[in-house]
Amino acid sequence: MSELLEETSLIEKPDRGEPLGPLFWICVGWLALNVLGAIFANVLPLQDPLFQNYSFINSGPSLHHLLGTDDLGRDIFSRVVYGSRVSIAVGVGAMIIGFGVGAPLGMLAAYRRGRFDLILTTVMYVFLAFPAIVAVIAVLSFWTPRALVKIILVIGLASIPLVYRVIRTATMAIATKDYIIAAKVQGATDRRILVKELLPNIAPIAVSFLLIGIATVVTLEGALAFLGLSVNPPTPSWGNMINESRTVMSQNPWLVLFPSLALCLFLLCLNFIGDRLRSHFDVTEVKL
Amino acid sequence: MSDALLVVKDLAATFHTAAGPLPAVGGVSFELEKNETLGIVGESGSGKTVLARTIMGLQPRTNVTITGSVLLNGVQTVGASEDEMRRLWSTEVSMVFQDPMTSLNPVMRIGKQIDETLRVRLGMSREAARARAIELLEMVGIPSPTERYRAYPGQLSGGMRQRVVIATALACTPQLLMADEPTTGLDVTIQAQILNLLDTLKEQLHMSVVLITHDLGVVATRTSRLIVMYAGRIVEIGATHDVFTNYRMPYTRALLESSPKVANPAHTRLIAIPGRPPNLLRLTQGCAFAPRCAYASDRCHQERPELERAAEPGHSFACWNPLEPQGGRP
Repeated sequence: MSELLEETSLIEKPDRGEPLGPLFWICVGWLALNVLGAIFANVLPLQDPLFQNYSFINSGPSLHHLLGTDDLGRDIFSRVVYGSRVSIAVGVGAMIIGFGVGAPLGMLAAYRRGRFDLILTTVMYVFLAFPAIVAVIAVLSFWTPRALVKIILVIGLASIPLVYRVIRTATMAIATKDYIIAAKVQGATDRRILVKELLPNIAPIAVSFLLIGIATVVTLEGALAFLGLSVNPPTPSWGNMINESRTVMSQNPWLVLFPSLALCLFLLCLNFIGDRLRSHFDVTEVKL
Repeated sequence: MSDALLVVKDLAATFHTAAGPLPAVGGVSFELEKNETLGIVGESGSGKTVLARTIMGLQPRTNVTITGSVLLNGVQTVGASEDEMRRLWSTEVSMVFQDPMTSLNPVMRIGKQIDETLRVRLGMSREAARARAIELLEMVGIPSPTERYRAYPGQLSGGMRQRVVIATALACTPQLLMADEPTTGLDVTIQAQILNLLDTLKEQLHMSVVLITHDLGVVATRTSRLIVMYAGRIVEIGATHDVFTNYRMPYTRALLESSPKVANPAHTRLIAIPGRPPNLLRLTQGCAFAPRCAYASDRCHQERPELERAAEPGHSFACWNPLEPQGGRP
């Protein structure tokens, strides 16, 4: 406590960028709700997302079915919550693969430069030149039966070059700074420089890109599901719910509205949080 | 020879650019004794920084060819691997960079940046390193170092940051400190403070200093010897007093004349050196300064002059048409 007082007397709080603002926390709350819902879907008092109640077909929102039912009499609220499982699992899983491989490679290439960088970057750019979505669709069309793990793997691998490029560029901007050379001259090993000097400096960019990356992958999963290339029905996902509701849109507009709304809000929140974090943690551009 | 800390012989650094080879530094030879302060002056782009970084073994290995020899305390640094250099860095030789705004990691507390070196290089314990870091901060004149230890670089002024940079450079008490324009990014009033600090620390720690600058006022009183560089080559070298008073090379004179003097009446026009520094990609056979030189003869355009001894001991110059020595006395 005394140390804390001492500190405030002499040194002001680190000068950060813009404040986060209340909207940021609302977004965080919404995301947390989504994630918790996805994790605890089977413990929560939800109706069975696969149970077909033929006496309630295409009914609008009511007390019994909060968001109504679909053309097979299934509870939409329950299906939206269960559907978030697929979307979030694909988004997070694919980004774990993308960052797990792309980020270390990007940092290493930017720091080492030379032939290693040249070869790796060329290979990555060749992959980037090829439209990823086409590749993903092609692979998933033939790799049957489709399972969640396969979808995560394919999208994850496809995202590696993108992550690599962003991280490499971010690292390169830092790696030529004098303080990296200074650290070297003070005898720091390469590993130390990578982990202790470079990583904290690119972390803000990496985290923002991670969040926006998750949003992109969730959209991609939605697109794949819409094409019938994601998890097989009747397992709900936001994308295949929108796809299924397409045919009955004129009779039951609720059906397309709620999964779309869930998807939109999720993506908006991710993007907004990513953007806020980036401008907030921009410590490197603090004005003196 | 025996007590020379740094022996540079015929050092050259050539960058391979898309437009052809660029000889940033060529034919540089000099020695540095222990406890000596050597100044290197020259215009922007005269190869001062490249020379410093080459001596430090900090050049990238891919697009530059380095020839010649640099003996640092008897160890060859030209062609040394990074691992070999790591043994010399921080304990034998260290460096203070130009811009204190970019030479500290903005997301690391300053104390930690000093700590790291001590713990990695000297194997100190966490507590010992912390105590030593605070001691170092105090040594470089940072008020209330215990509190500042936890500050981020962004919370300190430019002068304070440069003091921290110096503290990190001196953490392992190197024998040689390369100061590459250590005051360029600072206010004039702070410049003097930092330079005086470097002077004091040099005496205190018995180290040698290479002070690189484009400001003649900086080197005049603080260095014992002076190197004048032009287009990557040494054009005049000697005791600081000799270079200032008995300069033989017209370029040195032009440099001296172009710095403002307090004794001049107000609104005196500064004498500028006509023309621009040469494009290193298109150097001619002759003296690089010839196109801008008032004394240039045909020979200057044809043939490059080598360093030649002057009357005073240790004073050499590279010029076909040297100026008459002024015979100035201290």
